[in-house]
Amino acid sequence: MMTMALEMKDITIDFPGVRALDQASFQMDAGDVHALIGANGAGKSTLMKVLSGAYTHYTGTILIDGKEVSIRSPKDAKDYGIQIVYQEVDTALIPYLTVGENIMLNHLVSDMGKKQWVNYQEIHHNASKVLEELQISVSSRQLVSSLTLAEKQMVLIARAISSKCRFLILDEPTAPLSKSETDQLFRIVRQLQADHVGIIFISHRLQELFEICDNITVMRNGRFISEESIKSVTVNDIVEKMLGKKMDEQFPRMEKTIGEPVFEVAYLKDTDKVNDVSFTVHSGEVIGLAGLVGAGKTEICKALFGAAEKVEGSIKLNGKIIRPKTPNHAVRQGLAFVPEERRKEGILVEEDVKTNITSANLNQFTRYFSFLNFSKEKKVAAQMVDQLDVKTPTIETKLQNLSGGNQQKVAIGKWLVTDADVYIFDEPTKGVDVGSKKDIFTLILELAKRGKAVIYASGELSEIIGITDRAYVIFDGQVVKEVKTKEVTEEDLLYYSTGGRDE
Amino acid sequence: MSSKSGDANLSSPKQGKSGFDFFQFLYKYGTIITIVLLIIIFSIANPSFLQMNNIINILRSISIVTIIAIGLTISLSVNGFDLSIGSVASLANAVVISMFVWHSQPTVIAIIVALVCALLVGLLNAFLIVKVRIPDMLLTLATMFVVQGVALTYTRSATISENMIMPDGSYAEGKIPDTFGMIGKVPLIIIIMFVIVILVHIFLTYTKHGRYMYVIGGNQEAARLSGIAVNKYKVLAYVLSALFAAIGGIVLASRVMTAEINAGSSYLMDAVAAAFIGLSVLGAGKPNAFGTFIGAVLIGILANGLVMMSVPYYAMDIVKGAVFASALALTYYKMK
Repeated sequence: MMTMALEMKDITIDFPGVRALDQASFQMDAGDVHALIGANGAGKSTLMKVLSGAYTHYTGTILIDGKEVSIRSPKDAKDYGIQIVYQEVDTALIPYLTVGENIMLNHLVSDMGKKQWVNYQEIHHNASKVLEELQISVSSRQLVSSLTLAEKQMVLIARAISSKCRFLILDEPTAPLSKSETDQLFRIVRQLQADHVGIIFISHRLQELFEICDNITVMRNGRFISEESIKSVTVNDIVEKMLGKKMDEQFPRMEKTIGEPVFEVAYLKDTDKVNDVSFTVHSGEVIGLAGLVGAGKTEICKALFGAAEKVEGSIKLNGKIIRPKTPNHAVRQGLAFVPEERRKEGILVEEDVKTNITSANLNQFTRYFSFLNFSKEKKVAAQMVDQLDVKTPTIETKLQNLSGGNQQKVAIGKWLVTDADVYIFDEPTKGVDVGSKKDIFTLILELAKRGKAVIYASGELSEIIGITDRAYVIFDGQVVKEVKTKEVTEEDLLYYSTGGRDE
Repeated sequence: MSSKSGDANLSSPKQGKSGFDFFQFLYKYGTIITIVLLIIIFSIANPSFLQMNNIINILRSISIVTIIAIGLTISLSVNGFDLSIGSVASLANAVVISMFVWHSQPTVIAIIVALVCALLVGLLNAFLIVKVRIPDMLLTLATMFVVQGVALTYTRSATISENMIMPDGSYAEGKIPDTFGMIGKVPLIIIIMFVIVILVHIFLTYTKHGRYMYVIGGNQEAARLSGIAVNKYKVLAYVLSALFAAIGGIVLASRVMTAEINAGSSYLMDAVAAAFIGLSVLGAGKPNAFGTFIGAVLIGILANGLVMMSVPYYAMDIVKGAVFASALALTYYKMK
């Protein structure tokens, strides 16, 4: 048997409560553009973090050219020529340094030795050489803060190949890029391929894999599922392998009546991602905004809720046009929004359960002159904790001491105190355990049953299938497909979410 | 993020129960225990320390600091900061005295004009912080200088007092009314302080508006997405901060009956110390009016007792600074 340039065997890694990788394996050859695919949480990013030395507590073996190597730090990985470009390019760049300094950063940090003076001429000379090789038209002396996202990504790729680079990991490089920027990226990938660099390509956009990749490895639940030549598979094959067998029944069923249109959105647009989005929600209906990471679901939710700037288009509530300019305004119009980033945007970790639950609607808990009615606050908070089955010792417990699922229940609970007409949920089950998930689904369906209009944005397509009545598939900030969820499968949604079109 | 809190939960039992409890106890009651200890030490060293007129003396001496620190507490409650309070106090002091001495205005007008000046500074601070989004600490550092300069320019860097010599060689004719002089005297000065502490404590703790401010201070983005009018409350916080600083400056004017240059600036440091010492009082863990008052009491007792023990005034800042640092150590070490 031929030895592969890179082999990872039986990689297992545990995090508190989760086995993120379970005897996962991966192999590739030099000069191979290799797609690594899996649903959210399948373990592909974790596997690549192991390879690049970011996680050190794994078990298993890694072989390069058939020889066993030990990668226990990012430096080890770099010494073997393994370079990674993370999706969040801004975390790896220093904005107020020049392009050249950023490209040569690794040299500045590790190859200076006893030298104390920085030779800027040499830095810019070497950096320009790399930029030229890649045919990137950015000056080495430009400040990184003035670059576009795509250019920043190229600077990172330039940094990666400025040192020894045998394997380059690109973690969802195309997610934030436009079509022409993607083409530019692919040109660079092909050029590196010609130089015998092995490229591991992680992407949610399945269509583009066929354009750029040679082989494809699919992962699911932390395990290796299959490795094939990309020519021998179709999108549907990949989707089937990503999803595996159907999930157990975890979605509650509820009879509810769908009434008149309540919330109508037409040609919604923001300055960044959202592009001509139109949809309608009826009373008693749960609609899904289905889309993968970076598709623009969060941006749509925020635009609806007045949390984005310069929003165009019309939003009608009960037939009346509303223009939510700020979230404060949106709430007064009867909207409620449970944001995705719970700790950052949804809850007050240092405040107690009671304060969190009443924070969105304190007006209900005031007496004359805005004085707070503490006894009513306690009573309602206790009721809400009961109703939501929040596992907390008391309503005076600070939120930071609750589990993620229970924090999320509180984040939802604060909107149940309000009597809104439209509820917007953005990835409400993110980081939530299975038990709490079911509780949250029940809550959402009960809202619909009471005649509310519910918008459910999620990248977990099984949830879209399980809980919504209709769904709009979002791709690249646009609605690409409207479906009745009864009539479609998860595979169909994934097909459209990854840029697939009806023939 | 969740792993971080998990770590904290795991590590606390390891420290041993007694050590953990002791620290928690110190955090909650440290300031009050220190005050009690200081009272005991000072009264042993000098029996007249506990006499009624000395206690009144201490309360009078902390009243201006407390009033200014209460304003700062409000800006801290929205997780802001206001360094311009000392300068605003100077400005208010100069304006109110000049209204009497230069323009012979009645008390009410003089006070209103001083408050309006402060209101303008507060609105300017709020606009630049909320709309232009300059970090609060830096912006108020800038306006601290600007306002100080404005006050100096207004007074032409001279002390304003009754019968002062005007630039044209004549004597100023305005008099400071006796009613205005009452404000800075016992008992009114102490009553004003207590009324302000109690009102602001009620405002922050028992009203919707106070709760909103704490929610904004806890997580601004969450507050915004909960539909709270974040900007409105931040503006309110900076305006109130400037107004209380101005009240401090007016009380100061009444107490000394002159406007010396930069008279208010020395109160900035003490006010910051009082408000931060107050964070931990009774385990509040957030800026609060009662805690700020206790912080001011601690500083006042220290200053008073040390003077009685004949520590020279110029060494006082060492002690004050050290106490401030220990209070901060207690607060932030616990947060770790």
